[in-house]
Amino acid sequence: MYASDLIPPQPAPPPPKKGLTWARVIGVTLLLVWAALFANLIYMVIAGWSEEKVARYGDRYLSGVWVTLSLVGISILAGAVLSVPVAFARMSRNPFVSTLAYLYVYVFRSTPLLAQLFLIYYGVGSFRDEIDAIGLWWFFRDAWNCAFLSFMLNTAAYQAEILRGAIESVPKSQREAADSLGISRRVAFVKIIMPQALIVALRPYGNEVILMIKGSAIVAIVTVYDLMGVTKYAYSKTFDFQAYLWAAIFYLIIVEVIRNILAKLDNRLTRHLKR
Amino acid sequence: MSEILSAFGHVIDPLCGRFGFFTLFGSGLLSCGDAGWMDEIAFGVWVTASLAVATLPIGLVLGFLIALAKRAEDRYLQLSVNLYTTIFRALPELLTIFIVYYGLQIAIQSLISLLGFDETININAFAAGMAALAVVFSAYCSEVLQSAFQAIPQGQYEAGEALGLGRRKTLILIVLPQLVRIALPGLGNLWMVLLKDTALVSIVGLPDIMRQAGIAARITKEPFLFYGIACLIYLLLSLLSSGVLSRTDKWARKAEER
Repeated sequence: MYASDLIPPQPAPPPPKKGLTWARVIGVTLLLVWAALFANLIYMVIAGWSEEKVARYGDRYLSGVWVTLSLVGISILAGAVLSVPVAFARMSRNPFVSTLAYLYVYVFRSTPLLAQLFLIYYGVGSFRDEIDAIGLWWFFRDAWNCAFLSFMLNTAAYQAEILRGAIESVPKSQREAADSLGISRRVAFVKIIMPQALIVALRPYGNEVILMIKGSAIVAIVTVYDLMGVTKYAYSKTFDFQAYLWAAIFYLIIVEVIRNILAKLDNRLTRHLKR
Repeated sequence: MSEILSAFGHVIDPLCGRFGFFTLFGSGLLSCGDAGWMDEIAFGVWVTASLAVATLPIGLVLGFLIALAKRAEDRYLQLSVNLYTTIFRALPELLTIFIVYYGLQIAIQSLISLLGFDETININAFAAGMAALAVVFSAYCSEVLQSAFQAIPQGQYEAGEALGLGRRKTLILIVLPQLVRIALPGLGNLWMVLLKDTALVSIVGLPDIMRQAGIAARITKEPFLFYGIACLIYLLLSLLSSGVLSRTDKWARKAEER
């Protein structure tokens, strides 16, 4: 038996029409809430706009952004330098050295940055005489330096873990292959291990930069005029809630710009891994 | 009831209880009672711990709902929750706390005056801190849960359907238990971050560890001692939580062992 008539080809049936789903209702409601909130904020900014305030605080805000960026940038670079020996100590076979490095990392990662900053900024006052004796008081007298020191120590602990994780993520066979090719340990590390490790480390490094930018807001409490510091100053002078809104906008822009640059960089550097 | 609880707490308090460390070994500034500061700091520990513990469930539930919304097919819903996570992951926690603390105050104040009442409202620092930290926690939590959702194969949903379970039952009976196991390390990290972020609420006046240590430091002029103690207490709290977390992780992974 054969089929005498073939059913002619037909287009696929139209997708079933979805009625009003709960997801749509909730989504639209939430969007309306957001829209109302943003409209309110824009209204607040327009209604509260005053040339005088912009003239008085605009430049301060820009200098605050600069202080935040430079403080974080310098701390991250110094922390990166410090993190290298810590990471290697952590991977060391010597149990004493590796325990010491682990303790450093553990302590700095599990106490709040605020506590570390206070410990350095207020705490060194307890050792005024000793610090005077070694002639370092000029360093600790400035809140910026204290913030820099605590941020550097903190981020070095995080970066050491990132670096260690990245180096250990490179398969052992890579090192063995380099050995069998007669490549020296040092060259193998610089040219084979590190390039692969740094690709793994890129994303966590980016997260660390963003975390530091957000974390750096606490220096406002120890009288550094970073973005948060000028915001607090402007609010204490004007009692205008806009001060905080502008800080939020600036932080949002900074973080989003950095995030996008890092994503682009990541995309570019891993293009050989994509097919 | 609360009296019994506080009496019980007074006995087992590890810092200043009947057998507390500083009751037995503390002396001078570091004793419990009027001469020393440890009872104030012990109260701060209690405040910090209860703030973190109170924030956790709110943040988890909110984060779970946001993760669900991110997986929904509806574009509007996705857009609205993506806005939320983008904003609150980009703002410094301190700024979020300030915005919630002052912003809520202004919002409630204007609402009240709109209704025709004339009263000054002061928001509780604990509530404001809890709200701000829960918002930040939920934004990060939703990311962790979303990536955990992605780790669960589509076949699990299909199997649920094949067994005749509805979508809700599939979610609760099949997906959720696996989700917990996958997301637990990430959530553990977030708990550690939350514990440290509670220190920021001291800035708006909550008497937590940092604030109590700060008061003690200012009055006794021994800042290094008291901030050092604060750091040590945070260290102990995180040691304690990492112990609990690794236990929980082991418990959650029991199903994987054969």
